[in-house]
Amino acid sequence: MSASAVFILDIKGKVFCEYFKELEEESIRDNFVIVYELLDELMDFGFPQTTDSKILQEYITQQGNKLETGKSRVPPTVTNAVSWRSEGLKYKKNEVFIDVIESVNLLVNANGSVLLSEIVGSIKLKVFLSGMPELRLGLNDRVLFELTGLSGSKNKSVELEDVKFHQCVRLSRFDNDRTISFIPPDGDFELMSYRLSTQVKPLIWIESIIEKFSHSRVEIMVKAKGQFKKQSVANGVEISVPVPSDADSPRFKTSVGSAKYVPEKNVVIWSIKSFPGGKEYLMRAHFGLPSVEKEEVDGRPPIGVKFEIPYFTVSGIQVRYMKIIEKSGYQALPWVRYITQSGDYQLRTS
Amino acid sequence: MTDSKYFTTTKKGEIFELKAELNSDKKEKKKEAVKKVIASMTVGKDVSALFPDVVNCMQTDNLELKKLVYLYLMNYAKSQPDMAIMAVNTFVKDCEDPNPLIRALAVRTMGCIRVDKITEYLCEPLRKCLKDEDPYVRKTAAVCVAKLHDINAQLVEDQGFLDTLKDLISDSNPMVVANAVAALSEIAESHPSSNLLDLNPQSINKLLTALNECTEWGQIFILDCLANYMPKDDREAQSICERVTPRLSHANSAVVLSAVKVLMKFMEMLSKDLDYYGTLLKKLAPPLVTLLSAEPELQYVALRNINLIVQKRPEILKHEMKVFFVKYNDPIYVKLEKLDIMIRLASQANIAQVLAELKEYATEVDVDFVRKAVRAIGRCAIKVEQSAERCVSTLLDLIQTKVNYVVQEAIVVIKDIFRKYPNKYESVIATLCENLDSLDEPEARAAMIWIVGEYAERIDNADELLESFLEGFHDESTQVQLQLLTAIVKLFLKKPTETQELVQQVLSLATQDSDNPDLRDRGYIYWRLLSTDPVAAKEVVLAEKPLISEETDLIEPTLLDELICYIGTLASVYHKPPSAFVEGGRGVVHKSLPPRTASNESTESPEAAPAGAPTGEQPDVIPTQGDLLGDLLNLDLGPPVSGPPLATSSVQMGAVDLLGGGLDSLIGDTNFGAPPAAAPARPGAPIGSGLSDLFDLTSGVGTLSGSYVAPKAVWLPAMKAKGLEISGTFTRQVGSISMDLQLTNKALQVMMDFAIQFNRNSFGLAPAAPLQVHAPLSPNQTVEISLPLNTVGSVMKMDPLNNLQVAVKNNIDIFYFSTLYPLHILFVEDGKMDRQMFLATWKDIPNENEAQFQIRDCPLNAEAVSSRLQSSNIFTIAKRNVEGQDMLYQSLKLTNGIWVLAELRIQPGNTSFTLSLKCRAPEVSPHVYQAYETILKN
Repeated sequence: MSASAVFILDIKGKVFCEYFKELEEESIRDNFVIVYELLDELMDFGFPQTTDSKILQEYITQQGNKLETGKSRVPPTVTNAVSWRSEGLKYKKNEVFIDVIESVNLLVNANGSVLLSEIVGSIKLKVFLSGMPELRLGLNDRVLFELTGLSGSKNKSVELEDVKFHQCVRLSRFDNDRTISFIPPDGDFELMSYRLSTQVKPLIWIESIIEKFSHSRVEIMVKAKGQFKKQSVANGVEISVPVPSDADSPRFKTSVGSAKYVPEKNVVIWSIKSFPGGKEYLMRAHFGLPSVEKEEVDGRPPIGVKFEIPYFTVSGIQVRYMKIIEKSGYQALPWVRYITQSGDYQLRTS
Repeated sequence: MTDSKYFTTTKKGEIFELKAELNSDKKEKKKEAVKKVIASMTVGKDVSALFPDVVNCMQTDNLELKKLVYLYLMNYAKSQPDMAIMAVNTFVKDCEDPNPLIRALAVRTMGCIRVDKITEYLCEPLRKCLKDEDPYVRKTAAVCVAKLHDINAQLVEDQGFLDTLKDLISDSNPMVVANAVAALSEIAESHPSSNLLDLNPQSINKLLTALNECTEWGQIFILDCLANYMPKDDREAQSICERVTPRLSHANSAVVLSAVKVLMKFMEMLSKDLDYYGTLLKKLAPPLVTLLSAEPELQYVALRNINLIVQKRPEILKHEMKVFFVKYNDPIYVKLEKLDIMIRLASQANIAQVLAELKEYATEVDVDFVRKAVRAIGRCAIKVEQSAERCVSTLLDLIQTKVNYVVQEAIVVIKDIFRKYPNKYESVIATLCENLDSLDEPEARAAMIWIVGEYAERIDNADELLESFLEGFHDESTQVQLQLLTAIVKLFLKKPTETQELVQQVLSLATQDSDNPDLRDRGYIYWRLLSTDPVAAKEVVLAEKPLISEETDLIEPTLLDELICYIGTLASVYHKPPSAFVEGGRGVVHKSLPPRTASNESTESPEAAPAGAPTGEQPDVIPTQGDLLGDLLNLDLGPPVSGPPLATSSVQMGAVDLLGGGLDSLIGDTNFGAPPAAAPARPGAPIGSGLSDLFDLTSGVGTLSGSYVAPKAVWLPAMKAKGLEISGTFTRQVGSISMDLQLTNKALQVMMDFAIQFNRNSFGLAPAAPLQVHAPLSPNQTVEISLPLNTVGSVMKMDPLNNLQVAVKNNIDIFYFSTLYPLHILFVEDGKMDRQMFLATWKDIPNENEAQFQIRDCPLNAEAVSSRLQSSNIFTIAKRNVEGQDMLYQSLKLTNGIWVLAELRIQPGNTSFTLSLKCRAPEVSPHVYQAYETILKN
């Protein structure tokens, strides 16, 4: 009856993954002793306890502990108020890498109207900092700009609809004055995620005509248009178009890139390595259909699109600054990268 | 090299071999053997025979080995309790190990060994570990208390661990605090009455501070605990909400859901007119939407919770319809749940979009999903009247697809649409009839038959259609048979001339050839109706049908309120209270939402019934006459003074009293949503005040002197009320209660336009007249006013019970204060119970309800005590002398009809009296005791 059972199972899965790379029967068999040890630390009497795998790794190791070495003590981190960062870390070069990744979720009706368009963003940090640094991240957050009176100026700001933070971020502080302040964990972690449902033009727009002539053939015409700035380029574009499960003898013609039939998924995948903004491309496909109708009915799967646009965020979010303060006073450098990619990007077919 | 090799040995002499290896001198070999044992245990082989050998390995300095041995112990100690004792020594020693990991490990494991003999030995080590210097050990020990409580609750109480645990709530380490809160909450669940967590504004404040420092799971424990707190007013509720809202930005979905739970619960206390209420509504939507960006399993949990939230407060997500649109690759369980929420959110504003989506879904391939989509279209038609026409035409389009299950499903919902909008869409009947032959599911057949019967006069060949069903009458399911019977009778009543034969046929099929009692009964009723009075039959069978409700599949409101209290737990996923699926004692405590605020109630939308809170225990006794009598009293004795002398004889009063307990719990439940015995109800109240004069005269025991009156105390200091000082007291004289007020103007300006209002309170105290201050109150002037009160106001249980929240208004501002009224102002004049009745009632009230108190330093003798109490309406019914002690048996009755019986023991020469009180609503007892104290000592 303990709360949030599903959430803790999800977390457990993640912890095990970090320990064993993959979570499957074999890896559990191979490591059952550690699994027992981990379960012991993760939960007590049904109460979730410590679930941060980095901290767990400090005292539950794959090799099995020898007491004689005197090493296996409780790391103070387990019970510290800052339960996600160990003390005494040292780096020669103090650096923080910031990745701003935006995924675009899109759902378009068969008649071409956009049903749902949202941006799910995530700011990931790779932290190589000594000691216990205090970090402050500044974004062009509209609410913050309004609070501080910056909104009137030419600064472009972004309205974040919902923001979620890693547990290291002081939530009450953010609630008060929108300051994102925290002591980061070491290494990789997701600092925050956000969501916006502001309507933006779909970055890659697809128009398709799928004509099915029963017992003879299917003809597919797909037009893809890059609706983003000319300077930007979408990489690794993959447009998957559904075809009937009993289709055969594929033939393709593309204005750019290459098309491939993937029978196990019943799709044609049209790949375009680089797709500059403002361009428009075309693909035609032709399939044969058997003369005998098959029994089961196909669903109407949507067209899916995958892509990645570097150095660009759809929302226009920007990291204005990252302040790093540590009591030893070292200088640290923040590096920022932006990227936009497809999330759940679906266009229904008729 | 991996551990999986340990699983591979399956030879016959395995146990024997293992035994040898376990006793080997080589450490490495021993460890290998223990691993093999654990591996066997894990896959379910019985290795309990190795118990002594494994326990022998316990004393080791290898932590990994130790953990494995402990694991073994946890598993098998119960089957080998005697041998488990062998392990105790090592446990006790490990609890003092210099390494905190080992200390914690030992105390954690001991708690998991559910063997009585061992638990005794656990106490001392546990006590030490609770005070350990290392927080890791303390946090583990805190949980261990909960484990131990589960095994032996009495032991935990006797050993005083609960107090230590309470102390840990103030621990400097947030993780320890969180675990202590978790453990106490767990224990409190099996002790609903105990005030273990002792939640009050101070401790709540502490928890809210700890909230900012805890790990994510700790935050959940604390939030769940906060959700059990009942703020004293809307302001406190708001301030807690303000401090909880930042949690909505936590990355952990479980934290978010727990925060949502707290907010949903406390919102109940906020007035909808408050700006803050609107702000909160806005803040809740985005995090709920974000929960849907997770993996499908988590999405499902979120959707189940959202489903509850949408039913409780649809306004939160009313603009978020789009996020619930189904995606092709959603798993079916997510699809179905999204669909359900879509229908709940459907409104005139978004119906076009919803219908377009539903039509899309209805042409999918997944049968379950398609069926539900078709049904959803019907539900939209019923919910949003403006859309009905479009829904019907969409359904007709779908029927044209001729996909069998789509057609059947569509016919079922069209029947509902006919019910909701009679005589509007009959033009489609012809299309429906075309599909008659393809219907093979009972529900669809029954729906079609109903339509034919209902509109028989418009369908030319109705008789033929129905007759065609009649051929296979016995092969139909009961549902179809019943429907067919009714439809043919309807047809007969509408077209009697040509269908007589048909009706004869169906009646005999139903009554003679069927062995289904329902069918036979219905057949006979129709038969007799038709044969005795065809006109009456027409009135009965063709009666106008009640409208069907707009929303179907709604969770019943009290259950919904309870489930809201369980957001983020399994109960919210199952949509069942924990008591429905948790075995054993835990989870039987029902939770309830806080009562709504008064201002809230007036603006309440009609679909949300008053917060009918589910209650913990059943009312103890509810004799059936109780209801009746209660209703009678309620009806007859509406206004307080005009009540007829229904109960002039004490015997009759006794009858009322017997029912008192059950009655008021009953009414408390249904009307006001306060816990059962606590809510003193209205019906009794009028009798008290209404009959008091009469009773006084007839019985001749009442004195006219009135109850004890406390000196006036300052209730509202001038500094808090912009110069208005209010002091006052309560009096009761000859059956009327009044609030004597003294208003002093300490400001520099004139005060006028005074008005007073009470918040709802436990006994329904309310001003019987407006506050009349005749002249404006000039600076430094004081005025004395006596405000008559009655007890017919709204009732809400307060904490403490006798708390009264008052608002006073003048031309400057509105001021609020709260005061406690002495309970004896509520003792009514007819509170003397008949002797026999007293004895019977005393016996009848269960012993758990008896409370004992000491009244110290009271120099009075029995007679003086008796007469003094009598002037405050505590009546002595009998006096006995037992072994030199005077025993006074007394009764009193509260304005709401609750009787309190008392036994007062007075020893000559001893100034301490013992007071035993028995009452069906035991929470009044402490206040009655206080009344005794006040009356006797002043």
